[in-house]
Amino acid sequence: MAFDRPTKKYPMPEQDPVARAKNFDEVALGYDLETAIKEAQRCLDCKKPACKEGCPVEVDIPDFIRFIKAGDIDSAINKIKGKNALPAVCGRVCPQENQCEGRCVLGKKGEPVGIGRLERFAADYELAKGTQEVQVAPPTGKKVAVVGSGPAGLTCAADLARLGHKVTIFEALHVAGGVLMYGIPEFRLPKRIVQREIENLTKLGVEIKTNAVIGKSLTVDELLEEEGYDAVFVGTGAGLPNFMGIPGENLNGVYSANEFLTRTNLMKAYLFPEYDTPIKVGEKVAVLGAGNVAMDAARTALRLGAKEVYIVYRRSRNEMPARLEEIHHAEEEGVKFMLLTNPTRIIGDDKGWVKAMECLKYELGEPDESGRRSPVPIPGSEFTIEVDTVVVAIGQSPNPLVPRTTRGLEVGRKGNIIADENGQTTREGVWAGGDIVTGAATVIKAMGAGKKAAKAIHEYLMAK
Amino acid sequence: MYKILKREDLAPSIKLFDIEAPMVARKAQAGQFIILKIDEKGERIPLTIADFDREKGLVTIIFQEVGKTTKQLGLLGEGDAVSDFVGPLGIPSHIEKYGRVVCIGGGVGIAPIYPITRALKEAGNEVIGIIGARSKDYLFWEEKMRAVTDELLVTTDDGSYVRKGFVTDVLKEVIDRGKTINLVVAIGPLPMMKAVAEVTRPYQIKTIVSLNSIMVDGTGMCGACRVSVGGQTKFVCVDGPDFDGHLVDFDEQMRRAKIYQDEEKRALLKFEEGCGRC
Ligand SMILES: Cc1cc2nc3c(=O)[nH]c(=O)nc-3n(C[C@H](O)[C@H](O)[C@H](O)COP(=O)(O)OP(=O)(O)OC[C@H]3O[C@@H](n4cnc5c(N)ncnc54)[C@H](O)[C@@H]3O)c2cc1C
Ligand SMILES: Cc1cc2nc3c(=O)[nH]c(=O)nc-3n(C[C@H](O)[C@H](O)[C@H](O)COP(=O)(O)OP(=O)(O)OC[C@H]3O[C@@H](n4cnc5c(N)ncnc54)[C@H](O)[C@@H]3O)c2cc1C
Ligand code: SF4
Ligand code: SF4
Ligand code: FES
Ligand SMILES: [Mg+2]
Repeated sequence: MAFDRPTKKYPMPEQDPVARAKNFDEVALGYDLETAIKEAQRCLDCKKPACKEGCPVEVDIPDFIRFIKAGDIDSAINKIKGKNALPAVCGRVCPQENQCEGRCVLGKKGEPVGIGRLERFAADYELAKGTQEVQVAPPTGKKVAVVGSGPAGLTCAADLARLGHKVTIFEALHVAGGVLMYGIPEFRLPKRIVQREIENLTKLGVEIKTNAVIGKSLTVDELLEEEGYDAVFVGTGAGLPNFMGIPGENLNGVYSANEFLTRTNLMKAYLFPEYDTPIKVGEKVAVLGAGNVAMDAARTALRLGAKEVYIVYRRSRNEMPARLEEIHHAEEEGVKFMLLTNPTRIIGDDKGWVKAMECLKYELGEPDESGRRSPVPIPGSEFTIEVDTVVVAIGQSPNPLVPRTTRGLEVGRKGNIIADENGQTTREGVWAGGDIVTGAATVIKAMGAGKKAAKAIHEYLMAK
Repeated sequence: MYKILKREDLAPSIKLFDIEAPMVARKAQAGQFIILKIDEKGERIPLTIADFDREKGLVTIIFQEVGKTTKQLGLLGEGDAVSDFVGPLGIPSHIEKYGRVVCIGGGVGIAPIYPITRALKEAGNEVIGIIGARSKDYLFWEEKMRAVTDELLVTTDDGSYVRKGFVTDVLKEVIDRGKTINLVVAIGPLPMMKAVAEVTRPYQIKTIVSLNSIMVDGTGMCGACRVSVGGQTKFVCVDGPDFDGHLVDFDEQMRRAKIYQDEEKRALLKFEEGCGRC
């Protein structure tokens, strides 16, 4: 064979770090057709593709890549969509290094095939061209309510609608999309892409009721007993922000990551005063935590005009839970990492605004139950950094509104709804999936849960 | 879209809207609130449910024009609509038969105190109402309040109507009558609620206040609305808005209410220079 297989992925063009740290446009620009074909040619088309096992929804990876190699992008996207309803989203935000690409055989000697990039390419190609008509089964006469319009709810709704059921989504906020709209920033996942996917859903006949807080405006019990729904899927996510519980967290200038990102993404505070929602970012910002949420908050702070942005994290670089690509991007844009460091209190000025943060240095000790070496504080290592904004991004817990207001719905110790592998809860007729069941996880896992539940709900409805 | 079916100008800069929102009206209870957003570019602002009509699917809100969003809202009239209107949010006020209760509404706080007063009266309490405003012009719903109280006391800061004094002055007089008071509920500006809590504290009269912290989602997702109550952090939108006035850290609330003062001024300036959205 004459083909000389490069050991590295073909680079994907990106906005220059200096320029992009000041705008909210998408950072990664995507492959063109030629590069996509070249990248596809790196794939060995394995007989037993390990990559596929790494994907939570088992996208037929070698098959769609084969179509890209042949330049048949229409078939490639159809192949992907057989398993994954939101490829334009997943290609952008999946932690590929832990999933599909993490398993690719090419990764043993060089870089894995850029599966996410290829998936994104195929999806964007289709979006640009206009989506093909999707077949919908004849109406079954069954009604399903989906609570929450994040990736779990959207996927569940799409699958059920395709099977001919009448689906209504109830969403608490004024737009659908969940974290894809309010959490993940525009520069990583343009909102028009999410909206296109949601339009596709309405084309399938799914009705979306925004401004409907289930547990307040209506309860799950009422949906089943009074509103005539035959089944309910709960995909309300992990929306409850965790705080550190240290002194000074209610000072002016301390945000939860949820508030910081919601103001910016959902409410478009970066366009204030053209848009009405304000946000306040000082010169020096400390972001607590090192997951995707923390990276997003840090990079958002830069774009809102902060001069210095620190990621403050108790463990070391190896343990940072964020996607590798986002850590690189954050670093390139000038975010500074204060590792093995944990804040002990936030200090305010005489008017109650943040002026500094006291921290403690840590070192790595023995591995804990998660297998990661646990951080141990170094006595007497206190030091203070000057900051005027603190963003707490140490995780979210399941939203308690639905569990609290639904009869017979059991929850676990952390407030997560208990469900079996198909999403069946302890209440008949009620399924749940996504972050509300697993705690904060990933987009593709939430979609996988929505998919499994849709299948189980379909079987339940047809047997009923 | 949520249609404005009725507009009434209650006082200079205080307006009443009846909004068509059947899903909210069906569940609304005294003490709860809604969040509305005027249009695509608007911010989400909370307003208390001042009244509701389940049959007609109406929710009454009363707002005071204080900044960009409320002034823009004030330009709307019957037949116009707002793009988003969600609720009922928050925990309803706890209503039971306490005995003798005092319900205090200051300024625009007269609106939210009304449904609570009515519910407490319907629950069989002896209800003393106290309402106060800057001056006669700013007072509204006096007759409505009178209809749901056993006794209604009215005061104005400048003495332009009935008497001169703050609602706390009237409250002190009521306490001085020496009859047992089982509960005080106060809604109004933060300094007023703080002052009421200080009046009742030495007498250990249980005092409920309704907080109005800055909000975004109103569902417990963002934490913007947090407040220290008895040393614990609570979210006003899901744990409140009613709290024990003797435990609330009012100084923290007043400080947090000012977070966006500069931006709010800027937004208002821009709004008043232009002509709204054009
Ligand atoms: C800032 C940020 C960045 C992230 N980055 C990544 C990433 O790069 N890659 C990745 O894979 N994952 C990422 N994640 C995680 C991922 O977004 C979530 O795991 C995923 O969105 C969970 O989906 P879900 O459908 O379970 O819930 P959500 O997306 O949280 O959606 C839940 C929806 O339900 C609505 N809701 C809640 N309560 C009610 C109610 N009572 N009534 C009606 N509606 C209700 C909410 O408003 C929301 O719209 C990120 C998360 C955040 C916050
Ligand atoms: C539970 C609750 C119930 C309320 N009920 C009423 C009511 O019945 N009638 C009424 O007139 N007002 C009520 N308010 C206050 C009302 O929300 C604010 O007056 C309004 O948001 C001001 O917006 P603005 O743009 O006009 O003014 P701005 O100039 O932007 O703000 C004026 C002040 O209002 C507060 N505020 C600003 N933005 C918000 C926000 N997003 N959420 C909450 N407060 C904010 C701040 O303290 C600010 O300094 C209530 C607030 C809460 C939290
Ligand atoms: S959905 Fe995510 S994990 Fe699966 S193949 Fe696509 S990018 Fe990889
Ligand atoms: S493991 Fe890698 S090389 Fe093999 S089929 Fe999957 S993507 Fe292609
Ligand atoms: S307003 Fe967001 S948590 Fe209360
Ligand atoms: Mg405002």
